[in-house]
Amino acid sequence: MGIEIFYFLIFPGLLFCTVVGGLISWVDRKITARVQFRKGPPFMQPLYDVIKLLAKETVVPLRGSATTFILTPLFALFGATISAVFIMLPVLGIETGFTGDIIVIVYLLNIPSLTYVIGALASGNPLAAVGASREMKLMLSYELPFLLVLISVIIQSGMLISLSEIIAFQTSNGAFIGSLSGFIGFITVLMCFQAKLGLVPFDMAEGEGEICDGIIIEYSGSILAIFKLTKYIMFLILPALLTGLFFAGLSFSGIHILWSILKIMLIILLISLIRNTNPRVRIEQAMKFFWVWMNLFAIISIILAILGI
Amino acid sequence: MGKKTIVPIGPYHPLLEEPEFFKLYCDGEKVVDMEWETGYNHRGIEKICESKTFEQVFYVVERICGICSTSHPFAYANAVESIPGVEIPVRAKLIRSIVGELERVHSHLLWVGLAGHFLGYNTVFMWAWKYREPILDMFEIITGNRNSYAMFTIGGVRRDISEENADKLLKVLMDAKKKISLLTGAVMDDPVIHARLKGVAVLTAKDIHDFGAIGPTARASGVDIDIRRDDPYAAYEMVDWKVITAKEGDIFAKAEVRLMEMFESISIIKQCLELLKKENKGDIKVKVKEIPPGIGIGRAEAPRGEVFHFVKSDGSNSPVRHKIRAPSYNCITTFRRSCIGGTISDAAIATAAVDPCYCCTERMTQVYDIKTGKKMMNAAELIKLSQKKTEEIRAKGDKND
Repeated sequence: MGIEIFYFLIFPGLLFCTVVGGLISWVDRKITARVQFRKGPPFMQPLYDVIKLLAKETVVPLRGSATTFILTPLFALFGATISAVFIMLPVLGIETGFTGDIIVIVYLLNIPSLTYVIGALASGNPLAAVGASREMKLMLSYELPFLLVLISVIIQSGMLISLSEIIAFQTSNGAFIGSLSGFIGFITVLMCFQAKLGLVPFDMAEGEGEICDGIIIEYSGSILAIFKLTKYIMFLILPALLTGLFFAGLSFSGIHILWSILKIMLIILLISLIRNTNPRVRIEQAMKFFWVWMNLFAIISIILAILGI
Repeated sequence: MGKKTIVPIGPYHPLLEEPEFFKLYCDGEKVVDMEWETGYNHRGIEKICESKTFEQVFYVVERICGICSTSHPFAYANAVESIPGVEIPVRAKLIRSIVGELERVHSHLLWVGLAGHFLGYNTVFMWAWKYREPILDMFEIITGNRNSYAMFTIGGVRRDISEENADKLLKVLMDAKKKISLLTGAVMDDPVIHARLKGVAVLTAKDIHDFGAIGPTARASGVDIDIRRDDPYAAYEMVDWKVITAKEGDIFAKAEVRLMEMFESISIIKQCLELLKKENKGDIKVKVKEIPPGIGIGRAEAPRGEVFHFVKSDGSNSPVRHKIRAPSYNCITTFRRSCIGGTISDAAIATAAVDPCYCCTERMTQVYDIKTGKKMMNAAELIKLSQKKTEEIRAKGDKND
């Protein structure tokens, strides 16, 4: 029991993921600033953001459902932390996990997005309702290509449905990114995760210029800080999952530390560049993009995986 | 149609930094009806003008809008000078045109940046505003102010552009031209921008006539109107330039027209600077003793369209009636045509596409020392600070990177 609580709260769960995730969000903001000829935030900015929010007043809208409104950020953090444990343990090679954990991860990763929707609807704000409807549509769009690419990965690894076994397979047989099927799959999942993270071009659920931060418009103070922590965790675990699926995971032994950091940074750089070189698309354009193009990519990836290319 | 949700844009909203209110009646994402309300910021400028002398009115109308702070003095000068029928010196005409066109460049760059921001494309926002900065510095060098230039007066201009500053200006402009071409390329070739802006919020030429829209909004729908050519004033007859139009009428066309107009403006300024060198010894001002009784009408092409000023004089030293019409008022009426039927995302960018300006510069800030409670930074100190900065910029001169 003791070790599970340690996994959940300290490493690789809540504490580790929020700290490293905050660091990654700082890297993302720094890259963004550099692309835009700005100086960027100081190193401790993610921490300052959270502390500032914790110190601020929390306003609960009168017309909404207060209990749901306050509880949803907690569920978001909970979901993100549990998925962090399930993802980081095999990816870092600490424990092997169990057969079929990759399917559990798919479900757990949906919890933060779902709680955003529920929290937004509980706030009773029309702008939040628009944001919630967009977030729901977005979820319906990016889930299918993500699942299809997972099938392609499973086929490539010879029908293994455990993340640690998939990583072990890659360690002995070469990372999947090297094959054409893996490369196409990687691009597809990268786009899905861009949407999951709610970054441009798929940030229409927040859409600052249109619906004033949509889903999180009514959140303030400490409950917004919890949402922020959830975001930090997602910033670490989604790239980590990508490395697990396509780059043979991460490792903490010797020279591999450098490789691990490079892998994560490469993915963050890609995410950051996509976010800074594109405008926000409309929701129906995003749906079309995922349903037509990304699904097509994913199916091509599956066919190539069956052919063994 | 079922139950409609009202999605408000305004009275305060991150989309537009000024107080205005658009009620979007939405059925899901689709906008089925809209209402717009303005008039949150009535300042009584016309009445204030009636209590000022003709000379002082320049500095009042300059503050109608912080961005087009030359267009209003321009139109007002045209109106007042038409009463006694003053012909201003060539050098003054050239300087007026230079300031007017510089303003167009910086205003359009500002719009491109904001449009990028509204689309969630913050890189374009930051780049456009960075490229705008040397132009504002140039304003400070030649007029003394980044904004509200206080350049115009009855019968001419108040400051001359020295040969040295003219060279600096030319250098900055050539530099800016390169950067604007880069930005134009980035915006015009981006497939995602095409997907977002093409065929969105289309205004046909008929819509433009029906609603009476003007400026780049009208020109993007193929309506070829431009006061600079149709009713020439200042130096626009002396230089060679063309009116930019586009046929499509969508938001992309509006962006295209504005981006291309910047190149025209740079070309106009370049020609004006060459003419300025030839007119080296001329006056910059004629003395106008008094404004006789009568009425004057002045028009000028602001970055957003035609500015119209009507001035009535009874022979005294101040106008008895001063009527102003700013271009945004004509353009924002088109929102009912451009927004209804689109989605909320389209409505947000469509309301920004006409570059609305709600004359927003009535603000005041007072800084107190937290310990002593004394007032700090009064007007005199601020002026001193501002002058110090101007001197620094002038001394550095061509450091603009």
